[in-house]
Amino acid sequence: MSGITKIAVMRSQLGRVRGLGAAHGGTHHWWAQRLTALALLPLSLWFVLSVLRLGGLPRSAVAHFASHPVNAALLAGLVLATFHHAQLGLQVIVDDYVHHERARMATLLAIRGVAALLGLIALFAIGRLAFSG
Amino acid sequence: MTDTREALMVGRTSDGRLVQRPLSPHLQVYRPQITSVLSILHRATGIALSAGTLLLVWWLVAAARGDAAYAAVAGFVRSPLGILLLFGWTASLWYHFCAGLRHLAWDAGVGYELPTMHRSGRAVLIATAVLTLLTWIVGVAAM
Repeated sequence: MSGITKIAVMRSQLGRVRGLGAAHGGTHHWWAQRLTALALLPLSLWFVLSVLRLGGLPRSAVAHFASHPVNAALLAGLVLATFHHAQLGLQVIVDDYVHHERARMATLLAIRGVAALLGLIALFAIGRLAFSG
Repeated sequence: MTDTREALMVGRTSDGRLVQRPLSPHLQVYRPQITSVLSILHRATGIALSAGTLLLVWWLVAAARGDAAYAAVAGFVRSPLGILLLFGWTASLWYHFCAGLRHLAWDAGVGYELPTMHRSGRAVLIATAVLTLLTWIVGVAAM
C-alpha cells in the first residue's frame, strides 16, 4: 500500500477536487439515492403495515385493497422507488468491488435491465389489479 | 496506468510522500469494528432486499393472475424455506430502514462524533431486533 507512487495522470489538482470527469457530474447519483431513500421511509412503513393486514387473507382481499386508487398509487410508488434505489445501491457496490472494466459494465447493464424488467412487470400487475380487481 | 480510477487512489502522507490509498472498504484487510461491520451490513441487507423484490413481484403478479397463482405464493410463504426467507427479509428491511436513517442523519451533518456513532450503531441493532420481532408477533397473531 505504501511506497512512492508516480502520478501518471494528466489532470490538475483542482480538476481532481472538482471530480468532474467525462460524466460532467457526480452528484446526481448521490442525490437520487437519497431522494428515493426518503420516499421509501414512509412507503415501506405503509407496505409492511398493509402486508400485515393482508397476510392470511384470500386473493380477493388483495385485489380489493389494490383496487383503491390511493393503494394502487402507493404500490406503484413503492415499486418505482424500490427498483430505482436498488439499482443505484447495487451500482455503488459493483463500482467498488468489480475491478475488471468489461465485467463491471456488463454487471451494471444486467442490473439495470433486470431492475427495469421487474419494475415494469410489477407495475403492470398493479395496473391490472387496480382496473379489474 | 491502465485505469483512470487509480488516479483517485493517490494521496500524500504527512511527510509529503505520494502513496496509493485504498479505494473502497477492504473486507479482508481491516480489523472489524462496529462502524465498518454495520456499513458492510447495510450493503449486505441492500443486496438481500434487492433479491427480495422477486417475492414482491411474484406476489403482485400472482394476485393479478388469479386464485390458483395466488395460492402458489401463499403456499411458498408458509413453507419452511418461505418463512426463513421472509424472516430474513423482514430483518434486512428493518436494518436497512434504521441504518438508512442513520446515513441520512450523517448526510445532514449530524452524528459524526465517534461516541455518538457507536451509540447510534448500537441503537440501530436494538431497533432492528425489536421491530423484526414486533412485525412477526403481529403477523403471526393476525394469521
